[in-house]
Amino acid sequence: MSKPKIAFFDFTSCEGCQLTVIDALQTNIELLDVVEIVQFREAMSEKGEDYQIAFVEGSCTRPSDETRLKKIREQAAMVVALGACAHLGGVNAIRNRQELDDVRQYVYGDKAEWFETYPARPISAVIPVEAAIPGCPIDRDEFVMVVKQLLQGRSPVIPDQPLCVECKLKGNVCVYLRGKTCLGPITLGGCDAICPTYGDGCEGCRGLISKPNIESLKNALEEHGLSFEEAQAKMTMFLNYQMMELEKETAGNGK
Amino acid sequence: MANNTMKIDVHHVTRVEGHGNITVDVKNGELKQVELAIVETPRFFEAMLRGRPYLESSHITSRICGICAVGHATASLRATEKALGVEPSEQTVLLRKINFHGEILDSHILHAYMLVAPDFLGVGSVIPLAKSAPDVVLRALRMKKLSGDMCATISGRHTHPIAMTVGGFTHYPSNDELYRLRERLEEARADVDATVELFQTLDMPDFERDTEYIALRKEEEYAFIDGVIASTDGGTWPIEDYRKVTNETIVQHSSAKHTANQRESYMVGALARVNVNHDKLHPKAKAAADALGLKPKCTNSYMNTVAQVVEIAHSIEDSIEIADVLLERGIQWEEPVPPARLSGEGVGSCDVPRGILFHNYVIEDGIVVGANCIIPTGQNLANVEADMRALVPTILDQGKEAVTQSLEMLVRAYDPCISCSAHMLDVKFE
Ligand code: SF4
Ligand code: SF4
Ligand code: SF4
Repeated sequence: MSKPKIAFFDFTSCEGCQLTVIDALQTNIELLDVVEIVQFREAMSEKGEDYQIAFVEGSCTRPSDETRLKKIREQAAMVVALGACAHLGGVNAIRNRQELDDVRQYVYGDKAEWFETYPARPISAVIPVEAAIPGCPIDRDEFVMVVKQLLQGRSPVIPDQPLCVECKLKGNVCVYLRGKTCLGPITLGGCDAICPTYGDGCEGCRGLISKPNIESLKNALEEHGLSFEEAQAKMTMFLNYQMMELEKETAGNGK
Repeated sequence: MANNTMKIDVHHVTRVEGHGNITVDVKNGELKQVELAIVETPRFFEAMLRGRPYLESSHITSRICGICAVGHATASLRATEKALGVEPSEQTVLLRKINFHGEILDSHILHAYMLVAPDFLGVGSVIPLAKSAPDVVLRALRMKKLSGDMCATISGRHTHPIAMTVGGFTHYPSNDELYRLRERLEEARADVDATVELFQTLDMPDFERDTEYIALRKEEEYAFIDGVIASTDGGTWPIEDYRKVTNETIVQHSSAKHTANQRESYMVGALARVNVNHDKLHPKAKAAADALGLKPKCTNSYMNTVAQVVEIAHSIEDSIEIADVLLERGIQWEEPVPPARLSGEGVGSCDVPRGILFHNYVIEDGIVVGANCIIPTGQNLANVEADMRALVPTILDQGKEAVTQSLEMLVRAYDPCISCSAHMLDVKFE
């Protein structure tokens, strides 16, 4: 059997997830023996269009992105969202709560109409996606694991449990006790609780668990005398797109 | 076969999307048009910061660029600290410097070894080099691993740093971790020497064009964080006056704004820093500069990669010295310095791998109400175009292919955060 061909693409992003892939390949060189990379703009000049697996970094932020995404979808047997920008909309979606014209004008003044844009969306809002590797940036080991699973024909599963579980297992002192907010109770785990380990509250870059209990997060914060407003601000960093969709749903149900 | 009418269009990946495109139009031996277009999607970070709590700014703005994440975060923290009257401790300043060196090393090694060297060795990427020159590739990987680990030790990870915050850190390395890092830095000296030797054998194209070089400068050290803005044309400006230097203009062909100071354009980055601050380089880095034939003021833009190699030597040596100071003092647990006020305006500046950048915030009651960020690649755009205008007429008789290659290598030498720095260009002639 010939090696599966894989390709990497980037949309609106910081390219940090692709850099993480480069770092991951450096320490897992054996992966290069089992796959063939036919496109990877950041690292090589060769370019092939006959890929089976497409890894897509970045959010969809303009009409021309949709055309490109659909072309990738037509070719690839499997599309994998790489990182929070592609998976959730990521930080790009922060501006979705602001008036678009206002945003463009703030940055480009009266030249605003030269630059095409619309609200940022995860790629799954445009095309069907087989799998997502969460995180901003992605976790190196998780990337390697997902690639191996895909090659074995299995679809990667990330246990649907909140970050707090692994954070506690790690023996971290909860940052609530240091007077900081943390989205651990509602965020999908799997990053080894790296932010609390480095003394900072989780910002939710891996996305929400399937049934986030925002009320109990509120109670936990109140118990520790912490402000819910700060946590709410955090929920509009990486999770803004997801939160806005949730708000739409709730508003819809209320009708 | 000389050719006095040509049109060159270098597009990234395909003709419609892509991030950086070169257009050159020559008619009857006369240069009609030269353009480096940035078609990168606009990111709107300045608008995104408005309305956010000040503590989030550095975490949001590090996401401007995965390669310069530490640089953006550091400039962001300095802007906030100045706005809110925060003086970070000496230990914080030292730790931030090692973190910063980690990023300089990571980025320069990636650029010099993985993006530029393949050009000279006649291959399309670093991957075939793994077979033909495994020692070179293994050395690059070893150095890159070390630089990533420097950032991970100090701030959790390079892309995107976690433990850096306004007024200090939320986590500290242990003395043991710092000691082990210092040992590895010392071991890396042999790799630095080998890197200098490798670049001695790579001939940079001859091309001279004098321009204005701008970098941060400090009397006490080779500046990367804070200082004053200094120019090789003379003059210094406090970083608060950055707008007098950058004079941003918006041009239609680029989502990154253009800048100009005393001439039509200026250059920032490693070459500009060496030109402005050669006297502050570590003696070992000065020796590397001598060995590589880099003397200030050097006016060959292709030498930017060589200047990066010189900075690799500097960053390794300076990191060893800083680690020594920290180990001598012993790492202390310090809570971040709290803000003295919750409203104010501040400008932070760092000289990141690709050059000087500025973050300017206005904060009211702890909420960011105004923000302006100026990135290095934007500042270099006008200068790349000026270089291309000067270069093209002198090499026109070499034919389209040679002209295209020279231009691609020129753009790559600037190490822009755009795709034309990577070896992924479709070349199309009409
Ligand atoms: S998810 Fe984060 S690291 Fe990855 S591309 Fe987006 S901003 Fe960069
Ligand atoms: S620090 Fe955050 S993730 Fe860890 S236990 Fe506390 S709330 Fe949960
Ligand atoms: S701790 Fe939270 S913010 Fe940090 S990497 Fe994990 S999911 Fe993302």
